[in-house]
Amino acid sequence: MMATRDLVIIGGGSAGMAAAISAYDEGVKDIVILERSPYLGGILNQCIHNGFGLQYFKEELTGPEFLTRFVVEVQKRGIEVKLNANVTAISKDKTVTYVSPEGAGVIEAKSIVLATGCYERSAGSIGIPGERPSGVITAGQAQLYLNEYGYLVGKKVFILGSGDIGLIMARRMTLEGAQVLGVAELMPYSNGLNRNIQQCLIDFGIPLYLSHTVTKVIGKGKLEAIEISQVDGSLKPIPGTEKRFDVDTLLLSVGLVPNNDLLDKIGVPISPTRGSKVNEHMETELDGVFSCGNVLHVHDLVDYVVEEGHQAGKSAAAYLQGRLPRHEDVLYTQAGNGVGYVVPACIDLHNADGKVAIKFRVRRPAKEVYVEYRIGETLIKRMYKPAIIPSEMEIVSLDKASLQGEGPLTVSLVAKEVK
Amino acid sequence: MARDLTCIICPRGCALHIDGELNVTGNACPRGAAYAKQEVTDPRRTLTSTVKCRGKLFRVCPVKTALPIPKDKVSPAMDEVNAVEILPPVHIGDVVIKNIAGTGIDLVATRDIEE
Ligand SMILES: Cc1cc2nc3c(=O)[nH]c(=O)nc-3n(C[C@H](O)[C@H](O)[C@H](O)COP(=O)(O)OP(=O)(O)OC[C@H]3O[C@@H](n4cnc5c(N)ncnc54)[C@H](O)[C@@H]3O)c2cc1C
Ligand code: SF4
Repeated sequence: MMATRDLVIIGGGSAGMAAAISAYDEGVKDIVILERSPYLGGILNQCIHNGFGLQYFKEELTGPEFLTRFVVEVQKRGIEVKLNANVTAISKDKTVTYVSPEGAGVIEAKSIVLATGCYERSAGSIGIPGERPSGVITAGQAQLYLNEYGYLVGKKVFILGSGDIGLIMARRMTLEGAQVLGVAELMPYSNGLNRNIQQCLIDFGIPLYLSHTVTKVIGKGKLEAIEISQVDGSLKPIPGTEKRFDVDTLLLSVGLVPNNDLLDKIGVPISPTRGSKVNEHMETELDGVFSCGNVLHVHDLVDYVVEEGHQAGKSAAAYLQGRLPRHEDVLYTQAGNGVGYVVPACIDLHNADGKVAIKFRVRRPAKEVYVEYRIGETLIKRMYKPAIIPSEMEIVSLDKASLQGEGPLTVSLVAKEVK
Repeated sequence: MARDLTCIICPRGCALHIDGELNVTGNACPRGAAYAKQEVTDPRRTLTSTVKCRGKLFRVCPVKTALPIPKDKVSPAMDEVNAVEILPPVHIGDVVIKNIAGTGIDLVATRDIEE
């Protein structure tokens, strides 16, 4: 006989644990978390730096400290956790297939929360010209080796991409005795937080080359050197600007992508985030299947990941208890001028009580702009922003009652009019 | 001497300006002003790292200084971090190195490792 479960949570990172806790507290007891690694916590296990939980716990914690608080809550409730269990497929009727050291397993789930996090873009996905020697690895992989296994991947390092993971690794490897020769960023601005530029690069005198990219990877078998070049306004390398660095390691910190394969494979509609389309309950277009955290859209702050997890867990409980009917007349959202994406993809206005959190990212940095929320032509809300950047997710809470009219709800940037 | 700084206290990263009389502008909250004054008089950083650990599953244990330590003590502190090895069980907050680099501040574990 096939095993059945009220709720299967796929991924035991911060999003998955938060979902489990909330669903349990709302009355769902028949839960299992399937986690492919040997411990709970996800990416936070390797984020040994501090800076987590300022909003959620009002104190500054390291990644492992933050995740431990959630592990304790999961254990307190006696929620079942299957470790080393890698989910390989979900079907449209919510059958979950996984493999573990004990063999393959199949669970018939009444509802599912997908919380599988994100993966890093790799060398192949960005197409660096030149050889393919060893020594070119993603920053997150290097972070995993160093922080969970105690293995330093190189001694002379260059970093491509100024995302936070790359910046944090620049500091970490420097402290471990490696020499970090520089960070190259294709765009004219950094994708990392200012605080990380300060405390990870400037503190250690590591140069940041904006509007630069790696144009050559040199080395047979093992990486020996790289060459960077300045790029022009259309991001094309400018001949004659090449600089060579002799390095044994090139770290790539060039972006994260939701790890949404399980739903992708069965054709659940996706949004511009590369995660699934969800409504404000975090429910995908498949009834009773919810998505939250980095698999839905890449977050920079774990605090929001946890909030989303709690939301997904509560919604799964409501679904299981018959309190989450789906309606056809939803308000769709859409990314307007200057905006990259909007989450959720749609809002159910059937029950127009309460508030809905709208999250979005801008495409490029802007100064002195208004963020406008419009339904059709009608202005719902307008907020002034002295500065807004792609590396920080924006979040705003709108009254559902204010969302009347013919959709979609468009979020766009409007330049401040000059008087 | 006046200085421009980036606040590192929270992810917002405000651009701060501090003048010779220690007047701070640009901070969105009081913690930024405190940070700027500290940074120009006695700059400090919380050090996070790992120490060797003879665990079944974990061969390293993450650690942090319980409070920020003077910036110029970070490097000598790392020498001490690299020299120790611990045995499980270890719990969050357990002192791994007392008075690291003579700062008066302890290095503590940031993960529970039972075995
Ligand atoms: C390297 C890095 C550094 C960060 N630094 C900070 C920071 O300084 N401050 C901050 O606030 N936030 C930071 N963040 C953001 C935030 O911490 C993360 O976004 C958050 O922890 C993600 O949680 P998650 O649960 O969505 O994903 P994860 O933590 O990635 O969890 C996903 C889990 O799903 C499991 N999984 C995946 N696929 C399967 C499968 N098929 N079957 C079973 N299990 C599966 C994985 O093993 C993993 O445990 C950082 C993020 C990254 C990637
Ligand atoms: S001044 Fe306040 S809000 Fe601004 S970065 Fe510092 S701590 Fe954060």
